[in-house]
Parts: sequence; C-alpha cells; structure tokens
Amino acid sequence: MKYAARKILMLLVTMVIVSFLAFLAFSLISGDPATAMLGTEATPEKVAALREELGLNRPLLAQYGTWVLGFFTGNLGTSYSYRMPVSSLIGQKLPLTLALSLLSFLLILVVAVPLGIRSARQSESRLDGVHTALNQLFMALPPFFTGILLTWLFGILLHWFTPGKFPIFSEHPGLFFWNLLFPAIAVAIPRIAMTVRMLRSTILHEMNQDYVRTAISRGNDRVGVLYRHVLKNAMAPVIAFLAQTMAEVIAGSIVVEQVFAVPGLGRLLLASIGNRDWPVVEVIVVILAFWVVLANTIGDLLSQRIDPRLRLGGDAR
Amino acid sequence: MKKRILAFLLLIALLSTVLSGCGDGSSQAGSEATQTGGSTGESVQGGEITVGIAQDLDDSLDPHKAVKAGTREILFNVFEGLVKPTPNGDLEPAVAESYVISDDERTYTFTLREGVQFHNGETVTADDVVYSIERCADASEGEPLVAAFSVIQSVEATDDHTVVITLSEPDSDFLSYLTTAILPRDYADEDTAPVGTGPFKFVSRTAQDAIVLEKFDGYWGTPAYLDKVTFKIIENADALVLSLQSGAIDLCPHLTATQVSQLSGDTYQILEGTMNLVQAMYLNNAVEPLNNEKVRQALSYAVDKQTVMDMIADGHGKAVGSSMYPTFTKYFDDSLTDYYTQNIDKAKALLAEAGYPDGFALEITVPSNYQPHVDTAQVLVEQLKAIGVNATIKLVDWNTWVSDVYTGRNYQATVVGVDASNMTARAMLERFVSDNGKNFINYNNPDYDDLFRQALAEKDDAARTEIYRQMEANLTEHAANVYIQDLADLVAIRSNLAGYQFYPIYVMDLASVHFVQ
Repeated sequence: MKYAARKILMLLVTMVIVSFLAFLAFSLISGDPATAMLGTEATPEKVAALREELGLNRPLLAQYGTWVLGFFTGNLGTSYSYRMPVSSLIGQKLPLTLALSLLSFLLILVVAVPLGIRSARQSESRLDGVHTALNQLFMALPPFFTGILLTWLFGILLHWFTPGKFPIFSEHPGLFFWNLLFPAIAVAIPRIAMTVRMLRSTILHEMNQDYVRTAISRGNDRVGVLYRHVLKNAMAPVIAFLAQTMAEVIAGSIVVEQVFAVPGLGRLLLASIGNRDWPVVEVIVVILAFWVVLANTIGDLLSQRIDPRLRLGGDAR
Repeated sequence: MKKRILAFLLLIALLSTVLSGCGDGSSQAGSEATQTGGSTGESVQGGEITVGIAQDLDDSLDPHKAVKAGTREILFNVFEGLVKPTPNGDLEPAVAESYVISDDERTYTFTLREGVQFHNGETVTADDVVYSIERCADASEGEPLVAAFSVIQSVEATDDHTVVITLSEPDSDFLSYLTTAILPRDYADEDTAPVGTGPFKFVSRTAQDAIVLEKFDGYWGTPAYLDKVTFKIIENADALVLSLQSGAIDLCPHLTATQVSQLSGDTYQILEGTMNLVQAMYLNNAVEPLNNEKVRQALSYAVDKQTVMDMIADGHGKAVGSSMYPTFTKYFDDSLTDYYTQNIDKAKALLAEAGYPDGFALEITVPSNYQPHVDTAQVLVEQLKAIGVNATIKLVDWNTWVSDVYTGRNYQATVVGVDASNMTARAMLERFVSDNGKNFINYNNPDYDDLFRQALAEKDDAARTEIYRQMEANLTEHAANVYIQDLADLVAIRSNLAGYQFYPIYVMDLASVHFVQ
C-alpha cells in the first residue's frame, strides 16, 4: 500500500514538473501568438495591442500561476485561434483519441499475446524464419503508410468504410467503432509485431532456465510448464513493455488521425503548434504527459502485485 | 502442418487481393460514374453537399477580423456588404438597393434595401450599417480594420433607410471597399457564431473537423439552391485524394494537377480557373545583392515561366509579368508578361555588370505548407544554376514565414502568392509604396510612390486605370520581383452538380451551385 501511495505521489510530482516545462518551453519557442493570429494583417501596433489583450506581457510565473489555477477552477483559458474555451475545444476531441488509443491497445493485447506465445512454442519449426522475417517487416511499417494502404484497400476498393466521412458517435455508435477500427489497426500493427518479438524472446529465455529443465525432468509436459510457470515469470518485463506500448499508441494515434481524417486530439495539437496557440497546446501536452505517466504507474503497480520480489524491495528501501 | 499450409494460402490470397486491386481501381470508378450520369439537365432546388477544404478555419469568424484567405473565402457565403462583387468583376448593390455619388465624389448616399434580414431574424437598419462601417474605420488602435476607410470623414444615418458617407478626399476606388460585411450592431459573438445577411447562415464549427452552413430562408435575393453545405477539413493531401476517390466529398477547390491526375473515371468534372494571386519569387530589395536592379533583372532573365508551370502543374496556370493577375482584365497588362524572356547570356552579362560575374549564393525562404510554392522554388533553384546563382531553399512553417519574412522582412527571396482582398488594382499595388506597412519586399522607388499619389488623386476612372498600369510597368522594368504566374485553380465537382462560378478574387460562392437532373 505504501508502495502505491509513493507511486501516486511521484505521478503528481512528475505532472507538476512536466506542466511547468511545457509552459516554459512554449514561451521560449520562436514565433509569437499575436503575430500568428494577425497573419499578413500584422502591424507593430496591432501586434502590441493584441499581446496586451492576450496577457502575453505579464511575467512568466504569473502567467503560469493563472494557468495552473485554471486546472482546479476548470477555466483552462481561451484558444487564440478559435476564440473559444480550451475546455470545450478539447472536450470534443479527447474522447475520440482515447477511444482510438484504447482500441489499438486492446487489439495489441488480443492479437500479440497469443501470437507471441505461439511463436515461442514453435521456435524450432521450419517456418520460424519466415515468421521472424514477416514480423520484422510489420515492425518496420510506419502507421501513416499502413493507414494509406488500409484506406485504399478497405475504403476505396472494398467499400467497407468511406474514407473522409467519419461518423459521429451519438448518431451512429456502431459505425463509429467500425470506422475507428481501421486507424486502430494501422496503429497496432507495428506494436503487435514488437510485442510478439518481446514475448517470444522473454519466454524463450525463461524456457532455458534451470527450473524449467527441472520441471520437465520431473515429468511435467512442456505446455503445462509454459502456462503454469514460465508465463508467470515472463510477465514482469512484458507488463513493463505493455505500459510503454500504452503510452506509445497515443503518439501513433496522433499520426494516424491525419490519414483517416479522424477529428481527434492529434490534428488539433499539430494545428495549434503551427498557430502558436499555446493555451491549447499546453493543455494537450499535459493530457498526453498524464497518459504516459499514468500508463507507467499502472504498469509498476501491476508488476508489483505479480512479482513479490518487487513488493519486498519496494517497501524495504 | 495443415494449419501452416492454410496460413500460407491465406497469405497468398491476401496478396493477390491487394495486387489485383491495383487493376480494378479505374474500372470500378468508371462503372460507378456511368450510373450517376452527366451534368446536363434541369437544375434542382435543395439537397446537401460536402465540400473538401485543405485548411481549417482556425481564425476569428468575424468577417472584419478574419485574416486567413481560407476563412474569408468561406465567409463570403455568410456575409454581404452594401455592395458585393460579381463573377465578372463588377459590383452590384446588396444590402444597399441603390447609391448616389455626389459630383465632388466626396459624398456617397446609400438607400438601403427594404426588409433585408440578418440570420438572427432582425431587420437590417441604417444604424447597423453605420456601426459596421465605423467599426472598420476606427483608427484608435493604429491602422483601421479596413485601411482604405481612413478617408472616411463621417458616416451618418439620415433616416431609417439612408446612410451618408462623407470622405475627406475623393477616392474612386472607395466603392470597392464597401463590400465590407454589414453586421448586427448589438451582437457580441461574431468571433465564434457569425451572423450576417448572406444566402447561407452559419450553423456550427468543429475545430479541425467541419464547418456547417445552411440555406438562409429569409434571404432578400436569389436564394441558394442547396439546403446545407458541410465544409470538411482534410489537411493531409493524400487523405484528401482518398476522400475524393471514396466519394465522401462532392466538391473540392484548389486541387493540384497531381491530385487531379489521381482521380479516375467520370465521378467528377474538373473545372479550371485561376487562384487569383500573383506567384513570384519576391525579392528583398533592401539587401545585398538584390538591392542592385541589374541583379534582379538577371534573375528575371534566368527564369522560364513556362517550364515552371510545366514542371509543377503539367502546364496549367497563367504567366504574369507584374503584380497583377489576368482575371483583373481592367488592369492586367499582358505586354508585361514577356518583358523578360529567358536569356542566359543577357542574364550573365547583367550579373557581370553588377559586379557578380561568378554569381552569388541566394537563400529562398518558402512556407512549407504550400506545396506549389515549394515545387516552384525547386524549379527556380535549377534554373538559377545556369547563371551561377547558387540558390538554396529554406522551408519554414507559415507563422515563421509571417513573423520573419512578412513582418520582420529578414530574408533574401521568398516564393509565395500575393492576392487581392478587394476588387481594386490598389489592393495589389499599394503594398509596394515605399512606406507602406505591408511592403515586405522593401521596394523603394520614388517614381512608383509618385504614381500612386497621382492615382489616388485622379478622379477619372480611365485615367486612374492608366496610372495603375504604369505602376505595374514600373515594377516590371525595375524587376521588383521575379514574376511567375497565377496558379491554376482546379476544382473537382461531382458530375451531377453544376453552377460553380469563378470570381476574380479569392472566394468560393456556393449559392449558385446546384444539383442537375
């Protein structure tokens, strides 16, 4: 319990640091929001007036203070380019990106775990080389490329979905998830390949341990040993890896959203960086950071439940 | 073993689907198109369409404050001024029914049209007009929203239907600027939920996703045919083409020749117009060695416009020779187009005279989000090699371009397109007056400044047009920039749609677009 409390405290501390760094970084980056907003209409007087209006002339720490306070009062500021509250802007997008990320993660779990175990069990088969080569290939497929390929194959040729026509959840929930499945596959493919390889090598490593030989020599069958002992021991590094995957699918989602025209957080993030729309960018960065830190914390807590060594080590320190 | 064979067969099957798919693509699109039929037939009232646009309206939606061309292009459907532009470049009365210009050209009296309604149901009053014009003329924060409104001395509502605008000095271009939108006086949300008098009303905007407009039933003039238009934002060029191929989009303007070549079958007709901008390699006239006229002329002689158009757009586009584009027929002087024809020897000789016999290094800054400009810059780099100019391309994002090149004027050369926000030659030419705030090329030519002063003072429209043409010639002769072209505007429109009209300014009019039977 103490371990969990400490992990959660760490999470909070990390978030404070990340939020400050994000804030600092964007105030140092070149390009002025006021100039960006005015575009080709910018004149020195207009820029100066707008900077004052946006509060960009206040001391950095004061700006940061107001902003952090906003997280507790719910006032996250106003988007420079859309002139609407950041919270309502992001509120529309966040569920989409989360749904896409979770769906990809689910796909990775459902496909990669059985495949990984299978691949380890058949490591001595003749087709193993082919499997490994295929796995390498899938690992190298960038999601945006797979995305274009999938859109072309299932959208243009087979008409399984209509590229460029993303349904609204409240109107067609079924169609919504169906359409989300294709970008999720694009995100998942390389991660599935990596997870399979990771599982395979971890399992194979465990299979060569002395305790496995002992178990088998005592008359246990290989499959039984694999499921009863090896998988348990192989779990810890795999969980850490999956936590990392969970953090990375959101990055994949952001890229793939562009290709599938999914109106999620990713496209908003990229556009807002281009527009120097810091109120939007900072909040999204904090959300993404939170997702990553959360994934790792959950991974740590899970590993600690599974592996008693970590539990003892954690508390004894 | 059986399982493995099965897996292998499945793989083969999958691969063959993928491969055979390549062959199927075109025939499928073709058969689909035959079902929809051609575009000749009766026009139909009603229906809804989806228009693909390549950039978001991440801007204020207030027509007086919107700065992006992409935003103004769409707001054109929602707003009107006292007068509005027509496809052939004239002005026709809109919110005003008629107007009288006094003999000294200083008093404009507008009679408002009876019963023009805002989208919120309120009737347009003379007070709304006064409010809208005063708002754009207000100079308390430096320059007014509409720079040309600085000549306004007073705006008065003499009765409910009459507005009198008095100018401090005559200005024969003034009327063109009265296309400025008329807004309701007591309405604070124009930024996010705009209300105007146009044929379409604003319904919603979802950031990075879509903008929805609906037909305005209370419109005073010829109503729009379509009931609803959804503008779908698809910034990724490949995703845009895929959306066209899948039929998710009914109309898509501003396509490149490459994108169009990827559309097969007759699902879409391709209309060709021009973008109404002047694409040039704009030169910073204040930095070495570009401050030397001979150097600028040498660069102009080194470039072949037709090759640029052939390379970047299969020959589409219209060559220009000065800061005026061809659809501005009144002002466009075609004799300037071929003022500099590619002549490498002459270019080298000019460079030698200027003291650069071995050429020099040139950095061309290009905004990375405009592919045609990037492509053009690449062709220019090759062409400039022939005269020993070693050009390099520096790609920057749009906002860096705005702050470094446009406002900061800290650059050597840049390839962009400059457009006109109003239908006047002034909108194109005023910026090169030496002390103009938007003179990003630092052009400094006393004759040019003088001509502009004369143009402003000239009351006679024909004489004034002649002066504007002299200003264009001045830019060409002194090689202010390396002028290239007005880019082709390729519009894909579904075969059963008709009525799309090109304007001489950058707008997209959807009121005339309709389905045919």
